Parts: sequence; structure tokens; C-alpha cells
Amino acid sequence: MMHGPVATIRAEAIARAEAAAERADTARRRADWLTHAVLILGVALFALPIWIVLMGSTHDVATVSRGEVPLLPGPYAVENYAAAWTEGSARTTRVPVSAMMLNSFVMAMLIAVGKIAISILSAYAVVFFSFPGRLLAFWAIFITLMLPVEVRIFPTFQVVSDLGLVNTYTGLILPLIASATATLLFRQFFLTIPDELVEAAKMDGAGPLRFFKDVVLPLSTTNIAALFVILFVYGWNQYLWPLLITTSADVETIVIGIVKMIGAEADTEWNRVMATTVLALLPPVAVVILMQRWFVKGLVETEK
Amino acid sequence: MRKKVIFPQVGLPYLLLLPQLAITFVFFFLPAGQAIWFSFLRQDAFGIRTEFVGLENFVELFQDPLYLDSVWITLVFSFWVTALAMSVALGLAVLADRHIRGATAYKTLLIWPYAIAPAVAAVLWIFIFHPQIGLLGKFLNGIGVRWDYKLNGTQALITVIVASAWKQVSYNFLFFLAGLQSIPRSVLEAAAIDGASPARRFWTVVFPLLSPTTFFLLVINLTYAFFDTFGVIDALTKGGPAKATSTLIYRAYIDGRVNLDLGSSSAQSVVLMLAVIALTAVQFRFIERKVHY
Repeated sequence: MMHGPVATIRAEAIARAEAAAERADTARRRADWLTHAVLILGVALFALPIWIVLMGSTHDVATVSRGEVPLLPGPYAVENYAAAWTEGSARTTRVPVSAMMLNSFVMAMLIAVGKIAISILSAYAVVFFSFPGRLLAFWAIFITLMLPVEVRIFPTFQVVSDLGLVNTYTGLILPLIASATATLLFRQFFLTIPDELVEAAKMDGAGPLRFFKDVVLPLSTTNIAALFVILFVYGWNQYLWPLLITTSADVETIVIGIVKMIGAEADTEWNRVMATTVLALLPPVAVVILMQRWFVKGLVETEK
Repeated sequence: MRKKVIFPQVGLPYLLLLPQLAITFVFFFLPAGQAIWFSFLRQDAFGIRTEFVGLENFVELFQDPLYLDSVWITLVFSFWVTALAMSVALGLAVLADRHIRGATAYKTLLIWPYAIAPAVAAVLWIFIFHPQIGLLGKFLNGIGVRWDYKLNGTQALITVIVASAWKQVSYNFLFFLAGLQSIPRSVLEAAAIDGASPARRFWTVVFPLLSPTTFFLLVINLTYAFFDTFGVIDALTKGGPAKATSTLIYRAYIDGRVNLDLGSSSAQSVVLMLAVIALTAVQFRFIERKVHY
């Protein structure tokens, strides 16, 4: 017969265990809520500057200049965006945002596509061929990692101006287009392509160009997509180089344009500056969010 | 590391390398070489005669109290940008790594500032910090704190630090999250079974395992603070007031562009190059060590 003390002890133990489990559960749930709260706060803190600009861009210039800092939408959205798009800042630079956006877009696209194109070719040469000077070429590319445009800015400007490329797309883009990072990423990836594939291609009589087009390029699409996001953002966000190399409105980029629009702050049309800011950050943010999956993978892999 | 099976062509690889090597030579090696060469030269006031002066440009640079100020400002600025951007990112990543509902949504909501240009980030923060039209700036002046980053050097430095760090958090967040997710669950469970508290688990298990990521990000953030924040500073403070936010890169720009002092700006470029080389070398020592793990 088991009733009596033993049964009581067992029941007590079960009750205790249940209580402990419940406590742990409550604690976990409370921690989860706390986690959510802090994360939401973090997200809000991140979004606050954007929210202010987004809301401010829908008010008239007087409201913003008075310092009301509206946190809710106003009635001037269409007007402000249309004015910024077609006219820019009437009181300062007078360059339409549409023109600057086009310049930024051309620059970002050409930098991204150009970097990917020349890097994939040079990585292909370094990995799939053997030739005198291979190592030297690799190191020459590799060492450019140590020479970001910021540290060689004036001599580079000198070279570009000697070539007569100031205020041209070529001058704006070409000096930014060599990329050690992209070359290294492609090289790393190419080294993982199995030798058997090359063997098979050779046996089938496919030459290196055919192999590149039919095997290497299709295999590289994920890497290309990831690099595209990173390099598009890099190109769109350039500041110091365009600031030096563009003095005419014809090739002015949007990132430079906003800062010039603010000018001396005497009679800045803040509402239009805000509308322009929203327009300026839309394309790179859209690219990052839409291509998030490749971007995250590519970023973490490129840098390591 | 290299392939065993390769193509036999000899001419083709040179052709494939040509575009990149040509650009690298014309826009990287040529200018870098010129910067080094010019840093040993001095032009007279009219730009007619140029003479070789050895290391004089460098000696002068490091005897210039304004330049030493710039060095100090750069160090303070870089320290705070890195510390802020990394600690906030680590905190958020640890939270987002907990298996809660909506973790992916938080991730999406936290990564987009990566796409924002430093100069645009600066413009966004004008509407927070501006003494008349900024949310916080106006509030501070309202309660009697005299806040104006265009007049007060310390406040200017705080403003550019916050704007620069804000932009970099999302990048750090992505790497910390990737780092956290690669820590084996079993290790954490073992620590939990041993009765370690969450805080203790973090500092004795998670943080050490995360150290390669932390170290990597340290180098990246320092590089960012040194060079990529030019846009933030130019848009917010133009290096002022009274050079309070004039970092090395900003000063090199002003000396070259505005003061047209070729010798000094070249010497500054060379100093910056040495800084990048040092940072890159540190980074690669670390990568090599990681490969051996």
C-alpha cells in the first residue's frame, strides 16, 4: 500500500516542479516582453530622425522654420515634393532634384556594374590561368585596399584634371571603380568551384571564355547580386570625391546637392530640404530592403 | 591556395586583367606615388619654384599645434563613434538573437540606415540638434540649456559623433547578429544547465566567443570614423566652430582645397596612408590568426 507519506511527498514534488516551471515560464515571458520593449525603443530611436524629416516634408516652410518640428503629416506634401523635384531649392542652388537624382543613379549604377565587371574578369584571370606576373598582379590589386580615395584625394584630382575629366561622368566614376574587395570575393568563390567542372569543360572542348559564360557566370549570380547592393549603396553615397570633381550642376549628385541646398541657413527652404532628403535616401534604402537576403549574406562574406 | 586544373592560354589572362590594372595604376599608384613625392617638396608663395626639402613638411606638420589638435580631435571622435556604434549594436543584436516572435521584422527595421549616406544622415540629425528647428535642440534651449552646435565646440563634437555613430549601428548590428547566430546552441545550454545566470552566460561564454567579430568591427569602425565621416562633418559643422570638429581628413581637405598648400596636404595624405596601412595590417594579422583556428 503506497498511500501515506510517500504519496504526499510525491504530490508535493510534482506541485513544486509545476510551480517552478510556471515561474520560469512567467520569467521568460516577462523577459520576452522586455526584449520587445527595448527593441521597439531601438527601432523607434532609429526611425525618429527619418520620421521627423518625413513629416516635416509635408508642411510649409514657415512651420518648419519656426521650429515647430511637426510630428504629424501636414497638407503640403504634393506641393513640396513637386517643387523639389522640378525646381530644387528656389532660394539657393536652383538645381532640380530630378536632375541630381539622375546623376546619382547613373553614378551608382556605373560604379556597381563597372566594379563587378572588372573584378570578376581579373579574379577569373588570377584563378583559372597560370602566367608570369600572376602573383604580382594579384598583389597590385590587393594593395589598393590600403589606398581609399580619401587619402589620395588631391593627387588623384590632379591626374583626373590633367586628363581633362573634371565635371564629367568619366572623371566622377572611373577613379572609384577599381575594387580589391570585389576581386577578393570573386577569387575566394572561384577557388571553391570544383576542378572537375573545369576538367569536364576542357574535355568538351570549351575554351576559357565559353566556360566563363556558361559555368562561372551563372554560378556567381548570388555573389553578383550581393555585391551589387553593397556597391550601389557605396556609389550612391559618395561625398568627398564628387565634391571635388563636380563644380557644375550638370553632374551634381543628390548627396552633395542637399548639403548645398542648406547653404548658409539664412533663408533655407527647410521643407524642400526635407523632401529632398527623403527622395535622396529612398533608392539605396529600397535596394537594401528589397535585396536584403543577398545583401546580408554578401556583406558578411565580403568583409570576412 | 590555387587551382590544380587551369586553362593553358597565355595572352588571355593579361587581357582580362587589363581594365582593373590600368585603372589601379592610373588612379591609385600614380596619385599615391605623387602624394609621397610632393610631400618632400615645397613650392614658393607664387607656385613658380619647387624645391626638395626632405622631411621638413612632416616636421612642420608635427610641430603645428593646430595639426596636433586635429590628431587629438580625431582620436576622441573615433573613440566615441566606435564605442557608441558598437555597444548599441551589440545590445540590440543580443536582444534580436533571442528567439522571440518578429525577430526578422526587427532585423529589417534595423538594417536600413546602412543605406543612408553619411552626409544625408547628418542632414537628418540637423532636425534633432538644430537650436531653432531641431526637436532636441529647441527643447534644450527651452529648458534653459544653451545648446548651439554652431557656437559651442563640445556640443558640435557631440552632434557629429551621434550622427556618425547612428549611421554605423546597423552595419555592426548585422555582424554581431551573424556572430551570435554562429555560436553553437549546445554551448549556451551547457552553461545554462550549470546554473550560470544570463548575465554571467553573456560575459563568460558569449562575449569571448564573439571576440573575432568584435575585433573585426573595431578596425572597420575606426576606419569609418577616420575617413567616411567627412560627409557628416562637412554637412553639419564644416569642421567648426573654431576647428573643434576638424578631423585629420577634414583638415587635409581644407589645406589642399582652400589653402592650396600642396606640400603640407601631401604630407597629410601620406600620414593618413600610413594610418590605413596600419589598420589594414592589424586586420590581416587577425584574419590570418582566425584561419589557423
